[in-house]
Amino acid sequence: MSNTENQAVGDQATVVFQTMGDTAFSVEFATKVDRAANARVMALHRALAKSALPGVIEAIPSFGALVIQYDPLSTSRAELQQAVEAMLPQLKPEAAAGRLWSIPCCYDAEFAPDLAEVAERRGLKPADVVQGHSQGRYFIYMLGFMPGLAYMGGLSETLHLPRRSAPRLKVPQGSVAIAEAMTTIYPWESPGGWHLIGRTPVRLFEQHRPEPILFAAGDEVTFRAVSRAEFDKIAAEVAAGRFNHGSLKVMS
Amino acid sequence: MIRVKAPGLFTTLQDLGRYGAQEQGMPVAGAMDTLGLRIANALCGNAQNTAALELSYMGPTLVAEAESVQFGLAGNMAVEWLPADGGSPKKLGSWRSVTLKRGEALRIGVLGEAYTYVAVAGGFDLPPLLGSLSTYTRAGLGGFEGRQLRENDALPLKSVTPGSDQELAADAASLYGEGPVRVTLGPQAYRFSEAGTQAFLSGEYTVSKEADRMGLRLEGPVIEHLRGADIASEGIVTGAIQVPGNGQPILLLADHQTTGGYTKIATIISADLPRVGRLKPGAKLRFQAVSVAEAESIRRAQEAALKSLLGGMRLARPEGGLDLDALYTANLISGMVDAATGADA
Repeated sequence: MSNTENQAVGDQATVVFQTMGDTAFSVEFATKVDRAANARVMALHRALAKSALPGVIEAIPSFGALVIQYDPLSTSRAELQQAVEAMLPQLKPEAAAGRLWSIPCCYDAEFAPDLAEVAERRGLKPADVVQGHSQGRYFIYMLGFMPGLAYMGGLSETLHLPRRSAPRLKVPQGSVAIAEAMTTIYPWESPGGWHLIGRTPVRLFEQHRPEPILFAAGDEVTFRAVSRAEFDKIAAEVAAGRFNHGSLKVMS
Repeated sequence: MIRVKAPGLFTTLQDLGRYGAQEQGMPVAGAMDTLGLRIANALCGNAQNTAALELSYMGPTLVAEAESVQFGLAGNMAVEWLPADGGSPKKLGSWRSVTLKRGEALRIGVLGEAYTYVAVAGGFDLPPLLGSLSTYTRAGLGGFEGRQLRENDALPLKSVTPGSDQELAADAASLYGEGPVRVTLGPQAYRFSEAGTQAFLSGEYTVSKEADRMGLRLEGPVIEHLRGADIASEGIVTGAIQVPGNGQPILLLADHQTTGGYTKIATIISADLPRVGRLKPGAKLRFQAVSVAEAESIRRAQEAALKSLLGGMRLARPEGGLDLDALYTANLISGMVDAATGADA
């Protein structure tokens, strides 16, 4: 166990185990956002789920690390770390099994208070921003901040901007937003500092669904530009509980 | 059914937490003081993970609207039994169970700690979300309608035949431990200067007024970073001690977000989390570093002590006895002193 920081990109030799009390540790493949390292994070996550090691409660994947939580009364750090170390040489990062989603997004000015500013700061027309965003295919590195919020990488470089200097206190539910190299959708009304460029009528979280949260880490997401009329039609179906969110999954 | 006559300051349903969906951003939530929850449940014959009412600072008044309802009480608090005919209230001790008949009520006043627990024999008849009844109020999820209790709420109960009323035969205080709060260093201890780590481990910190189920902001010696407070977001565990740019630590507790992008200098060991969860604004604390192996053995010892405490439960003595009265007074006074400190902090 080393406390030195690593800048690894997923090489097994440089994996670092970081201590998080007596109920968790992190398996760190990289300390920055890195797609190759993330693939190893997700591969370890899959291997761990499959192994059903005694005492493991759950694991939280992020950009470069997997946090493994355990019950210290059923296992120990030493025992569990040894089992995880044995898994590392057998990881299959290439065998990703995420789903692909197509999410309707209305980019009308009413839903996109920051679209004009983003366009201006990047020397583009608003239509170019819409096109750039809706043509992307995004990879969900991780979820966090609130239930169902996904950090999706793969935003066109022409759209990169730092976060807003003054975060909004209230971002409307369903807002589609960008910041740095990422895009996201706000599952709830909440505070938020990203640039709002559209809105989706679908719900990333619904309590009554068998799987209440739509997205998972490792999934991919595309956006389908829709008119205000189509937004309203889907929104009405969602409100009436008649919208099948499973239909957003693209068969591939 | 239980009718909420007065809701208390912030009363929610909590069990041992909602595990399994943190990777999708779902916080664990659950009891701030898991020992208190487990004792309250044991006192009324429930499994330890049964959801109970978590009280905060000022308790509720609960009316039994069933033939009989047995409550399990854990934590230091002022408890009164109100007869159905409106007669004069009778003082009860805590750390016991008590069975109420239809129309009788339990009135709970000032708490000695930030959080205490009232369990109900059989538990609440409510639908779990992702396997748990814990309330996460920030997103309006779980528990009773995803929120704190309000006046006149009707809480449905599972039907059971309660056993006889029990009480603890020994003081629960020793379970919680005392002295410095024990931590393991990491996961980002290497991002702090030696002086910063030294300040953290030798200084005295005070719980600020910004204290809730999500976490406690502390005030004390500044913890110096080596180069900035930002990291790529990663998973967070309950008890993580996050240090943002101002160098003042934040203890992340039950309702913490599942991921975060600030450096974390240390993590509170699991045996000391219940004690920290009970702290009020104004409380002072120090930290002491231990190894993971030490933390594991401290936790095993605590579990053994809990088992022995629960194994030694005995039939409750009649209400209002002299001993209980004395105990009650002592608890109430210490509770009031703490509350006053909190208000001034």
